[in-house]
This record gives sequence, C-alpha cells and structure tokens, in this order.
Amino acid sequence: MIQLTINGKPAHFDGDSDMPLLWYLRDDLALTGTKFGCGLGLCGACTVHVNGEAVRSCQTPMRVAAGKRITTIEGLSAAGDHPLQKAWEQSNVPQCGYCQSGQIMQAAAMLKTKPHPTDQDIDSAMQGNICRCGTYQRIRQAIKVAAGVRA
Amino acid sequence: MTHTFKPTITNVSRRGFLGQVFSAGALVIAAPLTPKLKAAGTWQPSVYLGIEPDGTVKIVSHRSEMGTGCRTGLPMIIADELEADWARVQVIQGLGDAKYGSQDTDGSCSVRDFYDRLRLVGASARTMLENAAAAKLGVPAEECRGQNHFVVHAKSNRRMAYGELAAVTATAKAPEASAVRFKTPDQFRYIGKDIPIVDLKPIVTGRATFGIDARMPGMVYAAIERPPVMGAALKTCDDAAAKQVKGVEQVVMLDIAQPPYGFKPLGGAAVIANNSWTALEGRKKLKVEWDLGENAGFDSSAYRKAMLDTARQPGRVAREMGNVDMEFAKGGKTLEASYYTPMLAHAAMEPLAAVAEFKDGKVVTWTCTQNPQAVQETVARAVGIKKEDVECHVTLLGGGFGRKSKPDYVAEAALLSKQVGKPVKIVWSREDDMRFDYFHSPAALYMKAAVDGQGHPTAWLQRSVFPPIAMQGNPNEQYGGFQLSMGWTDIPYPIPNLRVENGPAKAHVRIGWLRSVSNIYHAFGVQTFTDELAASAGRDRVEYLLELIGQPRVIDFGKEGLKGGRSDPKFPFDTARLRNVVEVAAQKSGWANKKASSGRALGVAAHRSFLTYVAAVVEVEVHGGEIHIPRVDVAIDAGRVINPDRVKSQFEGAAVFGTSVALMSEITAGDGRIQQSNFDRYPVARMNQAPFETHVHIVPSDAAPAGVGEPGVPPIAPAICNAVFAATGKRIRELPIKEQLA
Repeated sequence: MIQLTINGKPAHFDGDSDMPLLWYLRDDLALTGTKFGCGLGLCGACTVHVNGEAVRSCQTPMRVAAGKRITTIEGLSAAGDHPLQKAWEQSNVPQCGYCQSGQIMQAAAMLKTKPHPTDQDIDSAMQGNICRCGTYQRIRQAIKVAAGVRA
Repeated sequence: MTHTFKPTITNVSRRGFLGQVFSAGALVIAAPLTPKLKAAGTWQPSVYLGIEPDGTVKIVSHRSEMGTGCRTGLPMIIADELEADWARVQVIQGLGDAKYGSQDTDGSCSVRDFYDRLRLVGASARTMLENAAAAKLGVPAEECRGQNHFVVHAKSNRRMAYGELAAVTATAKAPEASAVRFKTPDQFRYIGKDIPIVDLKPIVTGRATFGIDARMPGMVYAAIERPPVMGAALKTCDDAAAKQVKGVEQVVMLDIAQPPYGFKPLGGAAVIANNSWTALEGRKKLKVEWDLGENAGFDSSAYRKAMLDTARQPGRVAREMGNVDMEFAKGGKTLEASYYTPMLAHAAMEPLAAVAEFKDGKVVTWTCTQNPQAVQETVARAVGIKKEDVECHVTLLGGGFGRKSKPDYVAEAALLSKQVGKPVKIVWSREDDMRFDYFHSPAALYMKAAVDGQGHPTAWLQRSVFPPIAMQGNPNEQYGGFQLSMGWTDIPYPIPNLRVENGPAKAHVRIGWLRSVSNIYHAFGVQTFTDELAASAGRDRVEYLLELIGQPRVIDFGKEGLKGGRSDPKFPFDTARLRNVVEVAAQKSGWANKKASSGRALGVAAHRSFLTYVAAVVEVEVHGGEIHIPRVDVAIDAGRVINPDRVKSQFEGAAVFGTSVALMSEITAGDGRIQQSNFDRYPVARMNQAPFETHVHIVPSDAAPAGVGEPGVPPIAPAICNAVFAATGKRIRELPIKEQLA
C-alpha cells in the first residue's frame, strides 16, 4: 500500500507500483486537470509538483511518489486565485487550454526559485512545455505579470 | 474507486431544448435555418436561444471549441443583437444534431457561415421582447428599445426586464424577417470588442472538460493495436501474455478497415482493462503478425523523388490564360525552381479520445470532436444503427487542426462497447495519434517564369503534385480536385500567360486536411518563387510583390482562365485588400528602415485563404545554422471581426504553427510505416524556438466576416525562408529547414 498526500489530503494506492502518477491522478482520483500529452516526458502537459518541485507525472511511477506531497492544478490555490492563474486570465493566455495546467504548474515552480525571471529564465524553465496552439508569448507575458516584472 | 463525472461544459439534453436545459416558463426562440442545407426535406426549425423567467439567457454554441474562441464568439453575436447582458448569458454546448445546420468545425467558417443567421436569432428575439413590452406598456413598439437585458421606453422612463417578458413573449409569433429590427454596427455592444473566452476560469483551474477527461459509470479502458501499414491484414494475434497483465479484462478483435477508408475505424486487436495505463501496458504484450499488403514498400524518400519528377512532367491544366509555351519559346530570360514540403501530423496536445456506451441499440458518446454529426454517421454505420440513435456530446477539444473532424476513434469506442457490454473509453497514446493520423499531404511543386527587362513575369507556369484528400473516398484518386482552389488556381497575379497545373500522386497513407490544408505548400511555392524573381531582378521584395499583385481589381477568375470561375459577390477576391495588408505589414514591421545585415533580415509573404487577406513580415537571425525569430508582423483583413483579441490570438498561434512547419516538423515513412511517433522525432516549436513576439494588425473592415483559424499559417513558412535568404543568401526550397543552414 502506497501512502501519499494529494493536494493536502492523505491518499493511498494499492495497485501496480510501476503505474505512473499521471494515471493514478486521472483515472483513479478523477483529477483530470493534469493532462496526458506524450507519455515520455517530452511535452510537459502532465506537470505536477512533487514536494514543491515541478515533475512530469507521466514519468513518475507510484513507488517514487510514495510518501511525497503532490500538488496538482486543482490544488495550486484554494479559489483559483494563484497569481499565475490570475495573470493567465488577465492576459487571456489559453486557446484550446489543454496544456495550460502543465504550463501554470511549471511556471509556479519556477517562480519559487526565480521570483523575478528574465526572458532567458522563462525560456529555460518553460521550453519543456509544448503549446501546439502557440500561446507562448502570452505565457511569457502572464509570468511577468504574476512576477511583477516589466512585461 | 468511482467518481461522478461532472462536466464543466453544459450540453443540450437530447430530449430537446426545453426538456432539461430550460425551465418550463422559458422563452425559446426558433430561427429558420438558412437555405444552405442540401435537401429541402432536411429543413427543421432550429433553436439556439432561450430566456429564462429569472432573466438567464441561454445560448447554444453548436460548433466545437478547439481554441479558436468560437464557443465565445458565436454566442456574442446572438447576445449583441439581443441586447443581452453578457454577465447573464450562459453558453450551452449543442449535441450533434442536423437541426443546427453544419457543425463541422473546420474550414475557418464558424463565424463566416453563421454570422447572419445568429444575428437574425438575436434580433428576432429582441424585436419580440420589444413588441411584448410595448403591448404591456401601451406604447408603440418603435418607441421601445432592448437595452442590456431590459426593454426601455425612454419617453415614459419605464422599463421591463427580459426575464419578466419571457413568459408573455413565449406565446407570441416570431416576426417575419422583414419586421425584425437589426442593430446598426455602431450600436454593437460586443461585436468588435475583446471578450474573454467563457472557459477561461475552468481552464486555468484545471476543471475544464476535454474529451480525454470524460467518464461514464462502469466504463473500461481500451488500447488498440492497429494495422501498422495502410491496408495491412491481421494474420495472427497471440493475446495470452496480454491477458496475464493484472487489470486486463479481455482482448477483443475489431474488423480491419477496407478501402475506401473514409472515417472508418482502422480495426485491430483491442486490450480492455481497468485503467488507461493497464490497457497500454497490456497492448505491449500482444504478439500480432500482419500481412502488410500493397503499401508495405512505401518509402517517403523515394516517393519524394518520384513526386518531384512528376512535377517536371506536363500535368492536368487547371487554369490557363494566354500561352506560356510560346512565351517560353521566345528564348528570353527564364527562371525555374522545384520545391518540396513533407507530410505533417496534426499533433494536437490532446490525443484522440472518446468514451461511448452502446446500450439497447443506441449509443451515447462524449468526445472531443470537430464534427459531431460525422460522429453520429460514422458510429451509426460502424455499429449498425440509425444516426439519430447516436447521442454525441461535445467536450472541449485539446486542439484539433482538422484531425478531430474525422471520427474513426469514436467509432472504435462504440464498437468496443457493443462487444464488451460496458461503456468503453478509448485511449490513444501519442504514438497512436501520430502514426495513425490522416496526414497532411507531402507536395512537390514546379515553378517556371519568363521575365522581361524589368524582371516582371510575362509567362508563369506552376504545377503541384500531392496525394489528395479525395483518397478517403477513392483510394485510387491521384488528382487534387477542390484542393487546387487553395492558393493555386486562385493565384492573383495578372500575368498575360499563365498556366496552373496539377500532376498525379497516389496515396500510401491516409491523407486528410490539416490547418490551412493545401494553402501551406501552395503559398510556399508561389511566395518563395516570387521572392526568387525579386532577388533575381535586384528589387525590393515588398515593392516587387505589390507590382506582381498589380493594380487594384476584383478578380473575375472566369475571365482569367479558370473554367467555371466567377467572382463571389459576398467574398470577391479584391486585390486592393491584398495590397493593403502587404503595405500595413511592411509599415508596421519597419521594413523600409531595417536593411538586411549579415545573419539578420526580414522576409515577406502574402496569401489569401479562407477568404482572408494576410501578409507577414518575419525577422530572422541566423547564427551557426540556428534560426531565431525575434519578431513577426502580421497584417490581416478578415472583414468584420467579432472578438479581436481571439482573432489576434489565432494569428499569434498561426505564426508558431507556421514556424514548426518551416523549421522542424516532418513525417516520413519507411517500409510502409510512419517513422515518427512522439515529440522527440517530430518536433514542434517550443517557447525558445517560437517567434519571440508576433504583432497582429487587424485592418478595420465592414466586409462580411471571413476565416481566422487557418489563414495565418500559409504566409509564415515562405516569409521565414525569404528572410533566411536575405540574411544568408541560402535559398530554401524544401521544408523543413532543419539542418540545411548548418
């Protein structure tokens, strides 16, 4: 039996410990804000926080998630009012919206270590997250708005 | 563990508009369908709008939201004419139902095809509310005006809320079209204003419902091993090891699709399991042997050479003016070039997904589809029921780009549900999504021009060769058909001797439409060759492009060599508008003052598609074979725009999509199999590779609304390649650029 914390609440899992965290969140817990995009850690759609760090949940087996604190997009803020979520709304970032959970979770982790990111910081932190609609310039703008740096 | 599925999208109930979506006292406005529906017998009254007694206005969005903003933009049109308070509008997603007219959300036509109809819906309702209020207040109807959710009688300073009028208006007759009081554009409240998309909050909080998120009680998950080569037949399948995987319930065989492939499910061996991962893991354990069939030898590299050869041979003439051969024979200066663009995969971020339940001879499905009526037809045919017995709920789409209008994946879920007796969720891995795409055609182009002393063409021959989309209906079809009208036969240059041709190519994989379709390669050929002629003449490329477009005129294609061609009165090809976007893009980009330096230069391209005029100026920096794009300026004339911010976002995104096309994306095949399966070998532009900033300049226009989802893509690749030439002297004639500058 694997014990872990999901968005501040205790959770457990007794299936195949090789199963990626992504599918536990999506199929078992119906936390579908975390998206499946590639299954190989190439696109970032499945990004969640594990003990506060951005990781690809499609590449995180349940045995690795054991005992960890997991935060998903649903748990990023109580009322959907994380500064990034507000900035995302203000900049009208999403088009289809599918990748945006992963983008926001990735950006949130970056801001913890780089509260005032440069363009290079943003490029470097965000290049693992693909947006096929091409919302990158608004993502960059929204990150700057949230960080209070000049956009 | 089971969880109740609570979609954030509210869908119209199958039992009718009044049945569940509206309370009994709601006012529901019927709007006649336009005469566009094919057969007279299919006409039905249709409903897009209801007003609740509490004043809530419910508007049905009958088209699919895949990021273009139409789920917000279409309701804005009704709300505007209705004079509804947007804060009190609730958007309802329409199920698949012919009563809405076409729901096929592609071809950049949601606003274009429904603007007039939806204005009529809103204006009819407001006229009725005004009439009802006038009767109540005992004043002439023309003194009453709908205004932000109230009917106001200014003279007596009285007003009535829409909600309180709903009940009395419900029994009134809808006005004749001639008695409907439309607003004038200066009175528009929402049209032309930036309105945030209705799904913004659910998206940024992870609560939005996409196809892959849909659930049904008791559902199982399925992953299918499909024929690896088009036309392959299943010889043997050993499923013993797959069945040993804990959580795998059974392995089910699906019939292999036979040509013509249309939207048919491909068939194969399906692993049914208790979650997505187990289904995918179980599938890995299948031992399947295939008889690969006639396409086993398909090799895209040999195919490329063959297509380029075909493009050098006479083809079918699609348009002809004057006599290019006589002009070429005169022995003056000529230029010629061959171009090639590869197969592309759609690669929407959300892989294909559907959940379906077959029960009592009917199917209910929730899916990310661009075309819910095609879902009804395809599923019905697959499981042997009537299309009316297929209930298709449309979720948000995590991108579509044309792939999700072909519902083979939904039919898979329905067929499997019929076999296993439970709801089935079909899981497409990224690898499935990429290998079993309907690919964007590879294309070979040949261009030749004779030029006069000023470098202006006196004769122009262009020939394109590509396996056509029509292969879906006839696998032996080798000619382009309607695809030739996409940036090829509609070349706008008034050249006295002009011939447009098309050569044959047989498809060896499924071919389908991808965002902008044939305009991608046709614009690449025409706009690169234009740049080559300008360079050869030593001319400024913007000036030269404007000279080729010529003096402003409305093109009568029938008079310019296109058999059966004519000018569309609603959407004439007006070259003044094309010239204008070129001039705007040049001016906004600072073209005149940014001279090319080594490694840094601008490039220009212009193209009209989906009735919208677009010009792009792209700035590139080339260092050590790497291309960076600091800035893109796009000028567009799309007629009247509904939601300018969403229109801008479409063109920002198109610049990124076009960058992927230009720099990196390519699908290849060997031994009949697709050789890319994920974003490692099929790269698409990431943040650090995409244009750093794209400035979209919308030309104000009162013309009929035209397309915005697709027309931004075609000019981008040629503009990038033309900039690369200006910066480096290296002419790009094949896409993607990849290592060509190394």
